[in-house]
Amino acid sequence: MSESATRITPGNALRPEDIADRVHDGTAKPSDEVAEYALWLGDDALILAQRLGHWISRAPELEEDVALGNIALDQLGHARSFLSYAGGAWGKSEDDLAYFRDEPQFRSAHLVEQPNGDFAVTIARQFVLSHYQFELYRRLLDSADPMLAAIAAKAVKEVDYHRDHSSQWMLRLALGTDESRRRVEAAVKLIWPYLAELFEDHPLVDALPGIAVRPSELRPAFDAVTGAVLAEAQLEIPSVPSASGGGRNGRHSEHLGYLLAEMQVLARQHPGASW
Amino acid sequence: MDDTAGQANFDALMAADSRVEPRDWMPEAYRRTLVRQISQHAHSEIIGMQPEANWITRAPSLRRKAILMAKVQDEAGHGLYLYSAAETLGTPRDEMMEALIAGKARYSSIFNYPAVSWADMGAIGWLVDGAAICNQVPLCRASYGPYARAMVRICKEESFHQRQGFEILLELSRGSAVQKQMAQDAVNRWYAPSLMMFGPPDDDSPNSLQSMAWNIKRFSNDELRSRFVGMMVEQVEVLGLTLPDDQIRFNEETKKWEHGPLDWNEFKDVLAGHGPCNAQRLERRRSAHDDGAWVREAAAAYAAKQQAAVAA
Amino acid sequence: MSGWPLWEVFVRSSRGLSHVHAGSLHAPDAAMALRNARDLYTRRNEGVSIWVVPADAIAASDPDAKGSFFESPQGKDYRHATYYTQSEGVKHL
Repeated sequence: MSESATRITPGNALRPEDIADRVHDGTAKPSDEVAEYALWLGDDALILAQRLGHWISRAPELEEDVALGNIALDQLGHARSFLSYAGGAWGKSEDDLAYFRDEPQFRSAHLVEQPNGDFAVTIARQFVLSHYQFELYRRLLDSADPMLAAIAAKAVKEVDYHRDHSSQWMLRLALGTDESRRRVEAAVKLIWPYLAELFEDHPLVDALPGIAVRPSELRPAFDAVTGAVLAEAQLEIPSVPSASGGGRNGRHSEHLGYLLAEMQVLARQHPGASW
Repeated sequence: MDDTAGQANFDALMAADSRVEPRDWMPEAYRRTLVRQISQHAHSEIIGMQPEANWITRAPSLRRKAILMAKVQDEAGHGLYLYSAAETLGTPRDEMMEALIAGKARYSSIFNYPAVSWADMGAIGWLVDGAAICNQVPLCRASYGPYARAMVRICKEESFHQRQGFEILLELSRGSAVQKQMAQDAVNRWYAPSLMMFGPPDDDSPNSLQSMAWNIKRFSNDELRSRFVGMMVEQVEVLGLTLPDDQIRFNEETKKWEHGPLDWNEFKDVLAGHGPCNAQRLERRRSAHDDGAWVREAAAAYAAKQQAAVAA
Repeated sequence: MSGWPLWEVFVRSSRGLSHVHAGSLHAPDAAMALRNARDLYTRRNEGVSIWVVPADAIAASDPDAKGSFFESPQGKDYRHATYYTQSEGVKHL
């Protein structure tokens, strides 16, 4: 086998460790508001990564184990970057924030907290979130906060792939067999109530002009792009009432407690330990 | 090519230590041996994902979570490389997968032991992957080209697997007394099963000689096991832990490392399905396969419809 | 029967180099084969471009015809620069 086809290089990109270093040496220090905003983004990515991590070894085909693993790793990387940065405001590490906050201190949206369900539910959830994240990160590139912009620059390319992956699967599930169509229709109905929360404006964003992205501004682009995929998939946007949300204020779904219990159990058995 | 000419050509390739490629004539027994060995190897990667995947959601730091996720994902990739290599011998992957979930195929018996603590992630990386790498490096020179090429790629990618396991144990060993005990306990439990990964002793390994004659296997089970013990003896000192075997010694006459007796009855029992997790591992693979059937069918149906639309 | 077909994957590791066979995988169609190949064969920065080809679309030479196919160039040393020795020592030739 040619060496060239198996050349392995790490590449160079902004890593969570680099951000932690810069926070540590004081060259990057977010305000409390910026840190709070970074928690929004970081917690969405973290909770989704935790959900997707469960798929590895359970996917419909081995190739999909690898694909979902890549998406989970991307999201986990984004989470670590945002949390490392956020922690700079309070002298906390990414792990302090991930493992030693309780539910009300999390800022994730209800969408990412939704259980994996079957593959259709996971794909519908991914479809919504990655299109939302893409529109968000694309605009965050222009943020007046250089660290948020830098994290977004790495994340936007990866999320672009996630939205492609989930769009491809939306088409296949919707236009595949009767069963897959029935399942994806049910999944869309299940997921759509949690969409509105993503685009709700919030006083925090008002406090961060030029830094944070106004959620409601993302909606038209999101609707246009997802609408085109749904039209091709011949899927109707379901008329379901929106769930009330509240994740940005620490009011979460029933699911988050179980998820955190599993994620945090070992770290909390050994507070202060190094791993 | 008739069988006589084919056999002569095959023998010449073996004598020259050259490589056999998929379309070459090969003895049926050689083909069968390879399909069995490569598919068992692939199954081991796939079943081997489970004990580690169980800890992805509980990994105690985000960095460790990312590393573990990447490692388990690699194992899916390695399973894929190996199934592809086996497929070049004419057995479709579906057929191998069916055999696995029907309980008709074997995989490395070590994955039928439970991973009950975080330290097991360290011990699996250090001991189990360490033993696997010892086995796999010589396979990069196996006589069947696609198998050897898959092993080259796998060995390159796996170089981080053992190191991350070693680091997990090192961190635990340097941590609190409870953490250190967790690490020692994991090493105690995984040591003997990892030595048994090299297969039965040479005098009880009927297929080994033929595999060596075919240049599939390059070193005997006992040779590789002894080499592995030597490496672990050095490394366990760096870890500040001990191996649960007070009979390890270097034999100055044979220049080989020796170890205490292994319980081969247990090995055979676990291989025969009586291990602590055999049923659980197979059931998990079976349900992933069954639960995914409608997804695979949907994608195939979509592809067929697209093709029909293009043709029309 | 939902078995996805087999695809052969070729990866270009950097600009200026050829695509080289990296391995194979299963996928329902070309679009997914490309994506699966990206996920499987370029997770460590191994590529800048990927080709996927249905495995059954590849025509291969017959290994039994090795002699008549590949031995003819043997003995035709005059195709190689090293065959021409009289010009040794002459510069820029």
